[in-house]
Amino acid sequence: MSERVWIKDEGIERGAEALTPERIERTINAVLGNETGARLMAYVETCAHCGLCSEACHFYLSRDRDPSYSPVGKVKQTIWPMLKNKGKVSVEFMKQATQIAQTECNLCRRCVQYCPFGIDIAYMMTLVRRIVHKLELTPLYIQDTAHSHSATLNQMWVKDDEWIDALHWQEDELRDEFPTARIPLEKEGAEIMYSVIGPEPKFRTQLIYQAAAIMNVAGLDWTMPATPGWDNSDMAMFTGDSEIMARLKRAHFETAARLRVKKIVMGECGHAFRSVYDTGNRVLGWRMPPIPVIHALEFYWDLLNEGRIKVAKQIEEPVTFHDPCNVVRGRGLHEKAREVVRAFCKNLVEMHPNREHNLCCAAGGGVINCGPPFKNARVESNRAKAEQLKATGVKICIAPCHNCHGGLDDIIHKYELDMELKFLGEIIYECMEKPEAQ
Amino acid sequence: MAPKAQWDWSVGSKTVVDLATNNDEVAWREESHASPDGEQVAAVVRTTDETYTVQVNDTLWESQFDRVWYLRYSPDGRLTALVNDGDWKLCVDEEAWEEGYGFVWNTLFSEDGSVIACSVSDSMQYGMIKDGEIWPNLFANANNFVLSADGAHTAAAVQTEPLGQAEIFKFKQGVFSVAVDGEPWERNFVNVWTPVISPSGTHVAAQVRLNLFEYTIACNGATWNETFSQVWEPCFHPKTNAIAAPVRLGGKWGMAVDGQVVWKPQFFQVWHQRYTPRGDRLIALVCPQYGRWTVAVDGQAWRTTFGDMISDLTTSPDGRRIAAVGKENERWTIIADDKAWPEMYDMCWKPVFSPNGDHVAAKVERSKKYTIVVDGKPYSKEFSECWDPIFSDDGNLILIRGIINNTYIRIVERVSTICG
Amino acid sequence: MERIYVFVSGPLAWIAWTVFVVGSIYRIWHLLKLAKEKEQVLFSYISFKYAIRSIINWAIPWNTNNMRLHPIFVGVAFLFHIGFFLILAFLSAHVILLEEGFGLGWPALPDIVADMLAFAVLGACIFFAARRVVRPEVAFVTDWTDYALLGLVAAPFLTGILAYHQWGDPLVVTLLHILSAELLIASIPFTRLSHMLFAPFTRGYIGSEFGMVRHVKDW
Ligand code: HEM
Ligand code: SF4
Ligand code: SF4
Ligand code: SF4
Repeated sequence: MSERVWIKDEGIERGAEALTPERIERTINAVLGNETGARLMAYVETCAHCGLCSEACHFYLSRDRDPSYSPVGKVKQTIWPMLKNKGKVSVEFMKQATQIAQTECNLCRRCVQYCPFGIDIAYMMTLVRRIVHKLELTPLYIQDTAHSHSATLNQMWVKDDEWIDALHWQEDELRDEFPTARIPLEKEGAEIMYSVIGPEPKFRTQLIYQAAAIMNVAGLDWTMPATPGWDNSDMAMFTGDSEIMARLKRAHFETAARLRVKKIVMGECGHAFRSVYDTGNRVLGWRMPPIPVIHALEFYWDLLNEGRIKVAKQIEEPVTFHDPCNVVRGRGLHEKAREVVRAFCKNLVEMHPNREHNLCCAAGGGVINCGPPFKNARVESNRAKAEQLKATGVKICIAPCHNCHGGLDDIIHKYELDMELKFLGEIIYECMEKPEAQ
Repeated sequence: MAPKAQWDWSVGSKTVVDLATNNDEVAWREESHASPDGEQVAAVVRTTDETYTVQVNDTLWESQFDRVWYLRYSPDGRLTALVNDGDWKLCVDEEAWEEGYGFVWNTLFSEDGSVIACSVSDSMQYGMIKDGEIWPNLFANANNFVLSADGAHTAAAVQTEPLGQAEIFKFKQGVFSVAVDGEPWERNFVNVWTPVISPSGTHVAAQVRLNLFEYTIACNGATWNETFSQVWEPCFHPKTNAIAAPVRLGGKWGMAVDGQVVWKPQFFQVWHQRYTPRGDRLIALVCPQYGRWTVAVDGQAWRTTFGDMISDLTTSPDGRRIAAVGKENERWTIIADDKAWPEMYDMCWKPVFSPNGDHVAAKVERSKKYTIVVDGKPYSKEFSECWDPIFSDDGNLILIRGIINNTYIRIVERVSTICG
Repeated sequence: MERIYVFVSGPLAWIAWTVFVVGSIYRIWHLLKLAKEKEQVLFSYISFKYAIRSIINWAIPWNTNNMRLHPIFVGVAFLFHIGFFLILAFLSAHVILLEEGFGLGWPALPDIVADMLAFAVLGACIFFAARRVVRPEVAFVTDWTDYALLGLVAAPFLTGILAYHQWGDPLVVTLLHILSAELLIASIPFTRLSHMLFAPFTRGYIGSEFGMVRHVKDW
């Protein structure tokens, strides 16, 4: 395993050029002084420097137990010196802190489960990202994504008409298979609003297709918005831009409220779920989401249990299941997901550890969104996951999260794993009864 | 459609159309839309020829299209739809606008319905069309489209310069502006959101982001001197052109008018502010306590709060009364003047005031059935579908439009009968 | 010397305990005040039920996933903490002091057990220190304060053992024992030993978030 390299990223480099020591000091003290309180104090003062969180982190495990990749090691290289020096840290230090917080932590919160005090390292990495944002050091690609969010309220610069067009097109496609199927747009008073992430209309329209097929087969009263607010994803959450995050989540929830739906069902995405269920609602003052958000995994489980979808055939080949942190450690959906997987697949081979103790894919937390400059380092930092996948010996891996797909895909290539990745919806679409299909 | 006073206001119920009658040409029917006067019910239909058209009462439009969607009645009773016959067009009462485009969407109406506008994109260029007339300039992108209440002006947030992939530094120099009737402001901003047109038609204000962290309000291209860590959409005073906007300072939300803080930043949230019609009070939806929501009048929060959310802030035409929709534990109700209706519903629609403000009514849902409720008292019949109620000009009668057993009916009822 | 002894075992002990009690109250009050002023939001995510669930599960040795990855460390750490409190409260010499001073009394540990416990606590401190040298992931986050804290904790036990076994000048050793114990007690609220005060809050908070909001175990 290679040593850590300090990677050159245009966003970080050019951002750093514009920095002065005064601005760094002022910004750090403003963020730590105005935006933190009891939590940070308790975390910093309570931490026993015991290193017990190390084994939680796939970066540490994959990097031959290099302590500088351990959770507390990352705090030591970021928050501690900032506090100790009262914000007087160098430009070089900030560049490194950026790489650590923004690309070497997936905010997967596994370490939280391993620290005897329950210290939330991910929270501290988020604080560093907030400082990085305010210093305009955010890596180029994820910053561009955050800009897309700000300008279009979606992740992929999808223009208002392109979104609608993608839905019309998928509806047409759908009719070839289900002649009376609809993707109802702007249907006020429907039971469900279905929301997706930016890349779906752009690159993964088949996922909209499959979701619509499931909705139609299940006979649900559903709708999709024809306005911005359709995208539930949120890279601003991961660049520490909580103001843009707030704007995105407001648009999302107010769109659902405008459509008078009872709940929002969302596709198979982990980070988007974190944003709508946990983080985004809070910055707006909503203790819990104002309109319930149902992640695809739970939704499938409901459909199966209500008998709205039925199993027509099962996947014979053995499969394994990757637990996305954000819906497992973030929402405890691991058992429901397994019940659905078992219904549609004959043989589920577990990877270890699994369920709420799963290892992250190393893509999450916006890391994959930092783009090509960091790709190698990211993939090297998840040998642990590769070994875990390999040990299952199976050829199909179900990963119900977009980012996980991206991350696992890279790992599968790099470590030559000969595995196929699937969304759960893909499997359900393939294997469910389709009475009206032609 | 005739003015409201000339509608049929005779008390009683009238079957307008039986929707169960089969029409051989119709493969299926989409959602119904009732006309404001209640005399029509329309829906997009899929024909057996695999085309689309519109059915109004029991009659189909003659023209058929590759696609028809976004069927909406304008406030003056004209039926509009977005149609595709190779090009996209806006169609008003079966008459498509002459010119077709790559795409049109987002139909907008002036308050009285006399002016209709929509968004347009053609050859990767974006803008608006008003009554068939397209903006003189189109842009690389546009969104946040608005039509003024009087229909005189249109505006949108527009991208005035090309932006390549991942050009984050150019982005920070600002490539967005506001275009009014297609003419962009002279100045660009990092971001521009929610342009709002003043009642006088002389001013347009919008939220702008000056760099990645400083937000303020710009009016006709000039920003407030003050900046904030966050702002929401501005609104105009009905008479003075003063601009009010929620602003965030020190982590809490308050309200600023023309840049000066007028509501102390003490809320966890403030948004959807508006002046009452005469401009004497400024009201908004607020979160006074984390996780509790209500209405604030001149910065003073109501006592009744809701845990899930609050929405649909409404005032009576004379500005005397205020109502909103509140939600608690997955159930909705109406709150008017700090008093919630006794019952909670599975859903409530935007409250509707009678012209003199004496009554407030709303469409509600209970166990998958719909009805209307006036001052907290439900109407005796339930519908499988129904629309927002409409009061007569004197406020004594109420028009109820609904579907029972596949029959669309139009009912005029005495308000006193419902309120008992 | 005697005068110093009288002072150290009398007024200074009072001072040390007062500093501990007042300091602890102050730290907790300050923590809550800070939370109220700046993170009021967090209070709405505290659930007593899930806080307790988390605290209990982390109070049982070898119960959590991570504890099972570190069986020896967990054994030593529990022995250390339990030993510390047992000796503090149940060492016969401490019980007699209390009885004499306040007329309060309770059964004491047999001396031989207490002696073994004291050695164990001391041994644990050495183990902790050794770990800080040997294990790279611990060494990486260790600085002099960690050794100083270990020294601070070990000192009363070391001197206690010396005193009990009558090794060295009894008066000097006892004096050092009392002094180091007072120093330890008084420093708890103001060093990272304050984890004793904050642990229930950090644990309870994250337990609530995991249990009530995220519907998942935090161990
Ligand atoms: C009831 C309150 C306390 C709780 C819940 C608690 C909990 C913990 C925990 C969870 C750790 C982390 C590592 C481990 O599992 O051992 C720890 C470490 C430690 N505790 Fe405590 N503790 C408490 C009281 C004390 C007191 C009173 C002292 C001092 C005399 C103390 C001294 C230490 C030391 C020195 C370490 C660091 C060990 C090392 O260097 O690795 N603790 N404590
Ligand atoms: S990647 Fe996960 S385990 Fe590692 S430090 Fe970040 S949150 Fe903790
Ligand atoms: S496990 Fe917790 S206390 Fe120990 S070093 Fe990690 S964060 Fe600090
Ligand atoms: S991408 Fe998937 S595994 Fe990775 S952090 Fe997100 S949810 Fe976790």
